Order: sequence, then C-alpha cells, then structure tokens
Amino acid sequence: MDINVLEGYYYSKEHEWVKIEGSKAKIGISDYAQQKLGDITYIDPTEPGKKVKQFEFLTGIESVKAASDVYAPLSGTITAFNVALDDAPELVNKSCYGDGWIAEIEVADPGETKNLMDAAAYKKYTAGLE
Amino acid sequence: MDKNTPLYQEHVNLKALMAPFAGWNMPIHYGSILDEAKHTRTAVSLFDISHMGEFIIRENPSKSSMDTIVTIPVVKMKTQRCRYGFLLNEDGRILDDLIAYRIAADEWMLVVNAANEHKDMDAIRRQLSPDASFENISPRIVKLDLQGPGSLAVLKDIVGDEVKRLTYYGFQFFSLLGGNFIISRTGYTGELGFEIYVDSSRGVELWQTLMKNPAVKPAGLGARDILRLEMGLPLYGNEFNEDLTPLDAGMERFIDMEKEFTGRKALLEQQRRGVPRRLVGFAVDGRRTPRHENRILSGDRDAGFVTSGVFSPHLNKGIGMGYVDSALGGEGAAIDIDTGKGVIKASVEKLPFLKNTSIKYSEV
Repeated sequence: MDINVLEGYYYSKEHEWVKIEGSKAKIGISDYAQQKLGDITYIDPTEPGKKVKQFEFLTGIESVKAASDVYAPLSGTITAFNVALDDAPELVNKSCYGDGWIAEIEVADPGETKNLMDAAAYKKYTAGLE
Repeated sequence: MDKNTPLYQEHVNLKALMAPFAGWNMPIHYGSILDEAKHTRTAVSLFDISHMGEFIIRENPSKSSMDTIVTIPVVKMKTQRCRYGFLLNEDGRILDDLIAYRIAADEWMLVVNAANEHKDMDAIRRQLSPDASFENISPRIVKLDLQGPGSLAVLKDIVGDEVKRLTYYGFQFFSLLGGNFIISRTGYTGELGFEIYVDSSRGVELWQTLMKNPAVKPAGLGARDILRLEMGLPLYGNEFNEDLTPLDAGMERFIDMEKEFTGRKALLEQQRRGVPRRLVGFAVDGRRTPRHENRILSGDRDAGFVTSGVFSPHLNKGIGMGYVDSALGGEGAAIDIDTGKGVIKASVEKLPFLKNTSIKYSEV
C-alpha cells in the first residue's frame, strides 16, 4: 500500500494528524487511515467550545466498512468543525490532509507534540504495520 | 486456507482488496465500493462470483423427487427457465436459498451459496430418488455476473444478437470462445444483467474479453452488498439462517404450498400460529449506517435486530433490513437503531428502496 505522508504535520499512532497554525491546530486522519477505512460516509460533527484531551475521543467516523473513533492528537478546545463534510464526507478520501480536515482546536499545550511522530517517524511506523 | 477463484491473478493485477468470504479469498473492491455501486447502476460492472456452488441433477421427471426437495415447482417448470426458491429442513427452517435452472426434461442445475455447499449436497442427495444422478460441478465452473443498463450491449458484441432474446429469468446455452456457456438473464443488483457460467479453463479469457469493453469496470462484493440491499434482496447468513423460516422472512411467493415438499408441514403449522417477527426494510434519517446485529428499539422497548445495513450512494442515506416485532406498525413506523455508539432514527420502508431500475428492460 502506497501511503502519502506530508511534512509539517504531526501524527498519532491511531493515524490522526495535526497541523499547528499559530495558536490553533487543524486535525484530520492520515492517508493510511482513509485507505484502511475505505469510502467515508459520515463524520459526526464536533461541538465548538468542547474541551478535548490528547488521545481521547474526538468524534465518530463511518465508512462503508465500519464505524470508528477519531482521537484528539492534542489537547485543546474545539473551535470549528469542517461543515463541508456534512454533505461531502468523501473529501476525507479525496484530500485527507487538505479539504478533508475534520476539526480545528485552540491548542492547550504545544509541548504535547513530543508524544506524536513527525513525518519521517510516521512513515517508518506505517511501513512496520504492513 | 481460503480458496482462490481462477481469476485471482486478474484481481491482484487490478489491485483489488481481497478478503475471506465463505471460505474463499474474494475481491471486496478495486478502489471504491461506492463508485463501483454507482457504475453498476449507470453503466456495466463485472463481478467474479465463482465462489457460488453449482449442482447438476439428472432424474426421471415422471418419478422426480425434485419438487419435494425445493419449495418451488421445478418439475412442471419449462426448460430454459430459472426459478428462485428455498431448500428447507423438516422444521421448515432455511438451509439455503437457491436458483433452479431447468436444463432439460430430466436435468436441472441448482445454484447455491458457497458457505452452504456441503450442507446442501448432503440434504439433496439424501432426498433424491435412487436412480437420480448428482454432480457437484462447482470446482470447474467460473461464474461471472455482468450487470448494469449497458450489459446487453456489451454481451451482444461478444455473443451475438441471440442474447437479446433472453427474457427475465430465462437462460440459454451459447457457443463462445470455443466453449459452451450458460447465460441467464438474472442477477443480484436490480439492474438489467446476466449471469454467465463457463468451464473454469475459459474463465480468464472471458473476463479479459468482457473487460476490453471500455464501459465495463470490475466490481467487488462490497458494491454487490449495497446493490442487493438497495433492492431489498436478502442474503443467506444475514436475512436467512437455520433459525428462520421463509414465512418469518415474508417469502411466501417463493413457496408452493399446493405441493408436498420438505418443511411444508412445519410451515403450515407456523401459518396457523403466525410469525412473532417479520423481515422489513428501513431507511435512516441521515447518512449514518445501521450494521449487522445492531438492536432495533421502539421507544424504550426491544423490537428486533438489524440483519444488514449499508450506506446507499443512490439515496444518500443509511438503509437496512431487519426482523421487527409483528406488532410494530408497517411502512412509516418509526424505529430506533442502537449502534452501540448512539442511536439512529429510522423508519420502516417499502421494498425495494430503489424503483425504476433497468431490470425489466425489454426491446420488445
């Protein structure tokens, strides 16, 4: 399986990514995750204002194969949900690092990135899962 | 160890996701399940269904046991016709659902589910008349389903105009690629389509010949599941099993109570008593998908269980089938589905979910 891993993103073992933009961060799922899930059919909208903790439940995602959980790669407060996913969840398949982002948070502690992988480490990690 | 069909290498070359199904290593999709389902309803899809079982039975029709073995009348049925029916046990419970092909006055082909092949063989052979012959030809048959509104045009190019004469649930032998093929106008998608049975030595050549047509794309079992469910077609192992009878599933039209068959007595008795639960279709209010074995609730009360669920790319919502209490209202009745990750609102709907497909297409 060919997996696209982008530089400048941090990755979790559960295959979420986070991209820090100032005090905020966008969250999505990796190319590995979207390929494994297959066609995405539904993403549960996250609630703005809700606090999330690193590696705890962020939202639910459904695909043609199964319903799965998405975990927050960093702690913070949800500031936005990608409403384009309401009618077009396939954006996660088409552009998992771009238009298919899922939620945005106000980052509580940027130091938590030490618990995540950079692109090189994540590439190695997914290669080991094959 | 799961078996590979003779087309295994074709699937690998097409980068199929392969997964075990009923003891076989089968293609689930070739990239996108939803795209494959949509392509089937707008163009033509090719499915490798070689895991299915085929039996040839030869028996004198004047002393035939065939009508006692299956629920449908197959002895008075015309040659070159197919019929859908059931194989039951003495308790009227479903051993399998099958399609019977009348090949000659004294010859039938039964097409059965892969997972039930051996169980079916035992049940049938036990009941056949002593001078009947039984042959399991499954190991040497490749079965390809060509389905979609464009399927007739594709097949006509290869087989010739003769194929136009096939009516719904009719079949014929065709000479093709130097071999003898059975082609029936049947399928499991709700679209105009054909099922092709060919000696396995010619399977790859047939697959490649059909795939050369640019309208044809391969489709896997994932799309097949969506397509059959959109039409409200049941699947053995989901809607049917050995705990259920055809009456539980509302399949009366595939049972001939006027004749003697195994399980009839039990069904007559069940008819008198009534069924506690019945099989229904339901649609979700939204994009969430009900899944096999989710509980169905009516208010706070347990009201049944989901047997199949998919996301329908044609209705853009979750759909499913399941058994619900007979007391529950009919079409339009509100139900809740407990997914284990929250509750989905749904309502009972008339089947099939999709109407006006190309299935009954006729040039005449």
